[in-house]
Amino acid sequence: MVQNGKVIEVKNLTKKFGDFTANSNLTFSVWKGEIFGFLGANGAGKTTAIRILCGLLEPTSGEISVAGFNGYTQRNKIKRNIGYMSQRFSLYEDLTAKENIRIFGGIYGLTNKEIKVRTKQLLAEIDMEKQADWLIAALPLGWKQKLAFSVAMVHNPKIVFLDEPTGGVDPITRRNFWEIIYRVARAGTTVFVTTHYMDEAEYCDRVCILVDGVIEALDTPLNLKTKYGANNMDEVFLKLARKVTS
Amino acid sequence: MIPISINSISKSYGKLKALNNISLDVEQGELFGLIGPDGAGKTTIIRLITSLLLPDEGNISVFGMDSVKDFRKIRNIVGYMPGRFSLYADLTVQENLEFFAGVFGTTIQENYALIKDIYIHLEPYKNRLAGKLSGGMKQKLALSCALIHRPKLLLLDEPTTGVDAVSRREFWDMLRRLKNEGIAILVSTSYMDEASMCEKVALMQYGKVLGVDTPFGLIDKYPNRLYSLRSDNIYDLLMLLRSQSFTKSAYLFGQDIHLTIESDSITQDELIETSANLGVQLTDIKEIKATVEDSFMWLMDTKESTTHIQQ
Repeated sequence: MVQNGKVIEVKNLTKKFGDFTANSNLTFSVWKGEIFGFLGANGAGKTTAIRILCGLLEPTSGEISVAGFNGYTQRNKIKRNIGYMSQRFSLYEDLTAKENIRIFGGIYGLTNKEIKVRTKQLLAEIDMEKQADWLIAALPLGWKQKLAFSVAMVHNPKIVFLDEPTGGVDPITRRNFWEIIYRVARAGTTVFVTTHYMDEAEYCDRVCILVDGVIEALDTPLNLKTKYGANNMDEVFLKLARKVTS
Repeated sequence: MIPISINSISKSYGKLKALNNISLDVEQGELFGLIGPDGAGKTTIIRLITSLLLPDEGNISVFGMDSVKDFRKIRNIVGYMPGRFSLYADLTVQENLEFFAGVFGTTIQENYALIKDIYIHLEPYKNRLAGKLSGGMKQKLALSCALIHRPKLLLLDEPTTGVDAVSRREFWDMLRRLKNEGIAILVSTSYMDEASMCEKVALMQYGKVLGVDTPFGLIDKYPNRLYSLRSDNIYDLLMLLRSQSFTKSAYLFGQDIHLTIESDSITQDELIETSANLGVQLTDIKEIKATVEDSFMWLMDTKESTTHIQQ
């Protein structure tokens, strides 16, 4: 991965809810085209950090810039310039695949012509051209997942946030999904992803492990494995996240 | 009388065939895993066993009792932890536990020994409302409530979904201890790696059972020669392998690629050479035993049940 430009820049980011510090002094950057894994035990502060990065929450203190926009004063611009997908998909079950792309294209301000072009591209990328006119309700889960990803990409965002995108998906579809992630990242989109599957942590360019609201480790999977004398990311995670009392 | 005997069960929701002619036995002393993705039919099976749903066809017996006729008796001896948090959010931890004990005509004291290991983490928060607990704590409380009447059979529907890798491990340790107390346990999960924690597993997809066996049995039945390959350029290697005629299947497995080849089409040395010639250096290659996940993927590929469009 060539380090050509930062898409996310965070310095000493802190978020408090009353007395509780959810994120404490987070400092990191994410590059263009990078697959950035964001890991942590339940309650480590991942969701809070993602909500801040997506412009949904204002930080308590620290500096933050996402897709070139300020995390305090330009939160609406951040929202328009990122893609977001969670395991609870945002698709409309009673609309077709094509209609879902159209509605989200419209929301993000694409012209009719652009929507037409994008619809074709996106459906081809996930090999779902034949299902363009199917209702979402009739699609198997794995296909919904891929389509939800396409919808998150409809406005060609610089960065896409994927919050546990592969939970509950069969092992083949899960892998197909990661191949799509690779393709998108190679085309220059930054992918910021959380997962509980430690094999998926291996697929990331760099992994950030959050423990009790603090960044405990941030490096390539290879460097982390070397540093902690671990055979795989599962072992790295166990070593670091064990500190947490759940 | 075995804990669970499921005979030729089918269940549809409208046009959707959720379960298609399923038969399974759970023997005494088994920690039995229903393994499969969302939509496989795991929850439907569990709800049929608890008598919360009625089968369209077939029958289920729980310790010899019929799930339809004897549902009252069955509910007394079964502990059930549904997939969604279903305790009373506006009662405290202790009130929830007392409530469930009361419903089953027992007390917390009577069965405290059974839940002690789990409840001990909750006790400092016993006056907190259940709705205000963290995810991990809610899960421990739900398990305590499902156990408070010392059930003979424990049914757990995706207890580890959305749970981090460390907490998942701890949860399985708890289940092993409960199993050693003589409680039969049926647990569903979409995490393939959890199969190794079970005595026996049923691999499920689209309402059908792809295979039932011990984890070792499943691995033994895996028919293909399987190679694990590593490279610094794993995505290029994957694409390269996919384009070769000797490749039967190539999938990412963490830092490795698992490759199966058309029978004896290429040797290990030839694989290294071919990759290098095409511009990808292998840093490691070895023949390996399959994992349950490999087995699941192979079964998905071969069984007709992968014709997954049901409408």
